[in-house]
Amino acid sequence: MDFSIIFDNIGIYFEGLKNTLALVSISLVIGLIFAIPLAVLRTSKNIFISGPIRVYVYFFRGTPLLVQMFLIYYGMGQFEPIKASFLWVFFKEAYFCALFAFTINTCAYTTEIIRGAIENTPHGEIEAAKAAGMSKLLRFRRIILPSAFRRALPSYGNEIIFMLHGSSLASVITIIDITGAARIVNSRYYSPYEAFLTAAAFYMSITFIIVWLVKKLEFRWFAHLRRE
Amino acid sequence: MLNLQGYGPAIVQGTVLTIELCLVSLVIAMLLGIVTALAKLSRSRVLNLLAQTYTTVIRGIPDLVLMLLIFYGGQVFINQVGPMLGYDAYVDINPFIAGVLTIGFIFGAYMAETFRGAILAVPHGQLEAGYAYGMSRFLVFARILLPQMVRHAIPGFGNNWLVLMKTTALVSIIGLKDMVRMAGLASGATRMPFTFYMVVAVNYLILTSISIVLLNWLNTRYSAGFIKD
Repeated sequence: MDFSIIFDNIGIYFEGLKNTLALVSISLVIGLIFAIPLAVLRTSKNIFISGPIRVYVYFFRGTPLLVQMFLIYYGMGQFEPIKASFLWVFFKEAYFCALFAFTINTCAYTTEIIRGAIENTPHGEIEAAKAAGMSKLLRFRRIILPSAFRRALPSYGNEIIFMLHGSSLASVITIIDITGAARIVNSRYYSPYEAFLTAAAFYMSITFIIVWLVKKLEFRWFAHLRRE
Repeated sequence: MLNLQGYGPAIVQGTVLTIELCLVSLVIAMLLGIVTALAKLSRSRVLNLLAQTYTTVIRGIPDLVLMLLIFYGGQVFINQVGPMLGYDAYVDINPFIAGVLTIGFIFGAYMAETFRGAILAVPHGQLEAGYAYGMSRFLVFARILLPQMVRHAIPGFGNNWLVLMKTTALVSIIGLKDMVRMAGLASGATRMPFTFYMVVAVNYLILTSISIVLLNWLNTRYSAGFIKD
């Protein structure tokens, strides 16, 4: 093994690192922003509100991210109206398609995570809020959502890591993320070990940092439940 | 009605390959998983360390990177080692084997965690009773531990299985003709990518739904005799 080729090409990896971090963080943030209202609506008793969200979540959790990305990147071109409209400016870009696919994918998973947390709210807390005369909106804002976020945190940490690993698929549609950088180096020098082991090291370091951060956040958010 | 322009049979072939891939990798994952779980719980520190490294490393690396590493790296490895052993012909790695090994290897790590938890959930007294009857370690494992841990392992196992099925889509990237790849070929020829990828997506949904029904059935069966609150 000859890791000098990695040192000569480390620039590509950092370029890839930038793309990976951008893709993952943007899709996670947008996904989370949309997931919160969706999760609240998903708990609605009205089937016309909760039904469509249920179908959305079922579809995106039941199919591979790769297929979802292909549906968007290759699939959208099949429709003439989309090709003719301003939307095509976005959908012809691989970067946008990957971002879009990641966002709706993580949004579906996050919706499910938050829904689970909302439904596990202890009943007494809601009753107490009602007894104190809080409106529905106030109950969600002050009681249900804060404690739901706390309960959702461990699963959401897993979702962040899942998204980080899923983002490696972007390299399949020509984007130079960390995996994409490794594929370039591999095809240039025919040195798969060096190329992919370096990528693996990058991903592992990011994973450990995320795990550490989530642990720290858990420590803070669960401070009141800690025994001294 | 849906017009697949004669590519229907190709998609069916791809689906069959996907299912084969899922099942074979599942077997590998379960074997690796149980061995790793036992290694994690064993008293040998070397085994503990090995198992811990395996599960930590696997969970830190994306599936795709591992698959490319095994597929391209395995190729180079075999063609470097082959001549040393007096085997001169150039060897192409079979993508099916690369795919099955990678997926089995990845999910072995996840299964190990599930199985470890399930083993710990079996009351220790049960095992001690087995030993007290003079059963060998293997017999205690086969007759006492295994039947009782199944119940605790099913929920985690089900999750792993659902994720594993979706991960098999990645083999299309290393050129295996699974249903995703077939859809790609068909959409290249017919210019109907959305239609074909949608068919594949629905196929995955069907596989997932059947699995969920089966898993629920298994869960009910193995939980028979235990009170649920």
